[in-house]
Amino acid sequence: MIKVAEEPILNANIPDGPIETKWKTHKANIKLVSPANKRKYTVIVVGTGLAGGSAAASLGELGYNVLNFCIQDTPRRAHSVAAQGGINAAKNYQNDGDSVWRLFYDTVKGGDFRAREANVYRLAEMSANIIDQCAAQGVPFAREYGGTLANRSFGGAQVSRTFYARGQTGQQLLLGCYSSLMRQVDAGRVKLFPRREMLDLVVVDGRARGIVCRNLVTGAIESYAADAVLLATGGYSTVFFLSTNAVNCNVTAAWRCHKRGAFFANPCYTQIHPTCIPLAGASQSKLTLMSESLRNDGRVWVPKNKGDKRPPSQIPEDERDYFLERLYPAFGNLVPRDIASRAAKRMCDTGYGVGNTGYAVYLDFSDAIQRLGRDVVRERYGNLFDMYHEITNESPYETPMRIYPAPHYTMGGLWVDYNLMSTIPGLHVLGEANFSDHGANRLGASALMQGLADGYFVIPYTLGHYLADSGVLKNKVTTDHPAFKEAAAAAAEQTKRLVGARGKKTVREFHWELGRIMWDHVGMSRNAKGLEGAIRDIRALREDFWKNVSVGGSDGDFNKNLEFAGRVADFMELGELMAIDALHRNESCGGHFREEYQTPEGEAMRDDKNFCYVGAWQWSGNASEPVLHKEDLEFDYVHLAQRSYK
Amino acid sequence: MKFNIKVWRQAGPNAKGGFKSYAVDGILPEMSLLEMLDVLNEQLTKQGEEPVAFDSDCREGICGTCGLVVNGMAHGSRLKCTTCELRMRHFEDGATVTIEPFRAKSFPIIKDLVVDRSAFDRIIAAGGYISVNAGSAPDANAVLVPKDIAEKAMDSAACIGCGACVAACPNASASLFVSAKITQFALLPQGQAERERRALRMVEQMDKEGFGNCSNHAECEAACPKGISIGNIATMRREYMRAAARYEERAEAAGAG
Ligand SMILES: Cc1cc2nc3c(=O)[nH]c(=O)nc-3n(C[C@H](O)[C@H](O)[C@H](O)COP(=O)(O)OP(=O)(O)OC[C@H]3O[C@@H](n4cnc5c(N)ncnc54)[C@H](O)[C@@H]3O)c2cc1C
Ligand code: SF4
Ligand code: FES
Repeated sequence: MIKVAEEPILNANIPDGPIETKWKTHKANIKLVSPANKRKYTVIVVGTGLAGGSAAASLGELGYNVLNFCIQDTPRRAHSVAAQGGINAAKNYQNDGDSVWRLFYDTVKGGDFRAREANVYRLAEMSANIIDQCAAQGVPFAREYGGTLANRSFGGAQVSRTFYARGQTGQQLLLGCYSSLMRQVDAGRVKLFPRREMLDLVVVDGRARGIVCRNLVTGAIESYAADAVLLATGGYSTVFFLSTNAVNCNVTAAWRCHKRGAFFANPCYTQIHPTCIPLAGASQSKLTLMSESLRNDGRVWVPKNKGDKRPPSQIPEDERDYFLERLYPAFGNLVPRDIASRAAKRMCDTGYGVGNTGYAVYLDFSDAIQRLGRDVVRERYGNLFDMYHEITNESPYETPMRIYPAPHYTMGGLWVDYNLMSTIPGLHVLGEANFSDHGANRLGASALMQGLADGYFVIPYTLGHYLADSGVLKNKVTTDHPAFKEAAAAAAEQTKRLVGARGKKTVREFHWELGRIMWDHVGMSRNAKGLEGAIRDIRALREDFWKNVSVGGSDGDFNKNLEFAGRVADFMELGELMAIDALHRNESCGGHFREEYQTPEGEAMRDDKNFCYVGAWQWSGNASEPVLHKEDLEFDYVHLAQRSYK
Repeated sequence: MKFNIKVWRQAGPNAKGGFKSYAVDGILPEMSLLEMLDVLNEQLTKQGEEPVAFDSDCREGICGTCGLVVNGMAHGSRLKCTTCELRMRHFEDGATVTIEPFRAKSFPIIKDLVVDRSAFDRIIAAGGYISVNAGSAPDANAVLVPKDIAEKAMDSAACIGCGACVAACPNASASLFVSAKITQFALLPQGQAERERRALRMVEQMDKEGFGNCSNHAECEAACPKGISIGNIATMRREYMRAAARYEERAEAAGAG
């Protein structure tokens, strides 16, 4: 039985007034820090991806004293760099009917009515400024011959609002952001701390006042004090072991904050991306995403006959089932990700899958090549085709790609209010690490938008308000405070314990096993029995981990095994919370598909009467007994309706 | 497949390093070189030996973290391919594969195959940016960029900062990396205001970091996984000369006034 708390009521601090003016009114009403005072404040930003990097750069520009941390050897390698397809903005440059309202509407609907309307509206409002900012930084967006910006359409939208830089949009946006960040480093306003892993949050008198981290080169446990902490540490899809995320992605920073009192919202909302290269072998370390933009011109199909093993070229047109076009005529191959992924899974589960394993569907470009010519297809997707070819040894120009869904993005994350502040005063959470804007399913090209909106345009205002309002300046703390000593000692102790572990199983083996449980039972579709089993299995695995893991090496230098061990230890707890959350949510919505709750056509069936809320979990001291808090969601503007893409 | 891996081991920045050989078996052709190292490290961990330290992140050729010298070549012998994208099917079964870190004076070794490339960050900090504060940008379509110019800028912007160009260069020059950034911004209208200052400061910082000079070996271009052309280096030279001349002019003008 889960414990549901009545108190405290989660207050999202949404400003009053009509949705179109909430942010404007809020900006006019919040407190400001005077220019002369800004440099007196120290702000810690953990993460240098689009969210953290843009926040650190912008706060530096404003004059704050910023300390910026990341795991990689340089900020430019944060995982945002891997985003391929593009970034949305309601510019309506194409004159095709786009508007702030439509982007807002699409995002709320795409999120299956489990996002907070006020946040989403603000995001849509700011989307246009982001493109302006990035273009001014020298991001080489795709252009038309006349020199204006080009757009493409992306899954789940009927307008062309996606801006892109070849297949490397994330890289280019991140490099733009990184250049602004380095400008602040040069100006002395941002100090960088690369190769640091945050291991704990330090809370003094109920406020976030610093962090403890491990120097990944020397092994030293280091403490840093500040007036506020911003967490922008990305998503936790690597809980599945195999995902499209980079191998260092983790939940550790967020999870340790959770254990210090930050509520974790909607942990079970994970996005399984439809177009990834299928798993090839047991030693594989990650799954590679093929950008969703491919669905603009590629057609998804399987053979009409079960178990048809003929090569695709020998399967005649009338024996192919273009199942997305058949099932969803209005959107066809461009249905949102959750819908496309589940449809592919259903086809494979019922025996129509292709490839060696039967767990793949075709994504076919032959029509596009005929219609547009090879050169245009190459111009649009050349680097993706090359990447696919390099990995699979097959050319998509000659034969259809094989794709299968893979864990990709986590809509869940630390709960934040309208100001992006968590339940711990002073701790703000940005980017994929928070839960806020995508509800139960994220639309393509909207994570980059959210990360940059949070960092460039929201936090510079809301952080100032917190700082001015909280009086932290009068109450400076240093790392001599006992709370720092306690946190540093705990981090050192866990590190010692792990490095000394000499069991029989490697960290990777444990991670792989956890990933299997998560994928089988807390993955693309879930049911009560499977989830109950998963909870038992995760508990047992966690116990075994602490008895049987083998780490080795030293805690006094560069030790990858040790880094991973700490992350896997946290995944072992998070995994259980994800399963508990999925089990308690007796409905299907977006990426959370409970087999018991589906329409006769197999689509997600929400239960708005009982589950139209954000499930925010509080740490109780025991991973198996989290306490549930609910933030009720109200839909005043986009009316609750069953999502239909038919 | 089976391999004999000859790999550089070095306990720390100041320790003496050397090659050690290990045998691995059961490698699949579709595995990447890094996945083969994962297999080796699992094996070493089980034997109670310390795993080989190497760094990677995205494992799909975009973050620039990985970067090893494989059989004497930075990122191995495949063109336009990072170490993490290098598949074992390109090696002969039973072969010896030699793996070393990127070597350069300006990239000190941290441990085994991991090096410190922070010099690149300091070069970017010296001027690899366009100064525009958040919130002060004009409408994105207010500044037009011809399609071919945008494409060229993108070609240069594709650099992933891996450092293979430095590792491949007999002089350990960072010219390809630095010139790619200078060229990207020199091409774009947005980059004009700081064009001279940028070229001067970035080149000066590059020299300060102890990278060697470019003497046109073109090894960098061959090693670069993103196909950055040495044409960028010619542009950098021009940009630097132009900047130096203009700065002089302006200094004179200022003096006269
Ligand atoms: C392959 C791929 C393609 C994608 N394509 C698109 C796309 O086309 N469009 C789109 O909108 N979205 C896309 N996404 C999603 C999007 O890229 C991410 O959601 C987004 O970039 C996350 O940004 P972030 O700043 O929140 O986190 P990240 O970029 O992941 O940055 C996290 C930062 O936190 C640091 N960090 C993490 N843990 C710690 C710790 N414990 N201590 C210290 N530092 C820490 C890391 O070092 C890093 O600097 C894609 C994602 C993937 C995986
Ligand atoms: S120029 Fe090429 S080799 Fe050099 S850092 Fe950039 S991507 Fe790597
Ligand atoms: S690990 Fe990212 S480029 Fe190789």
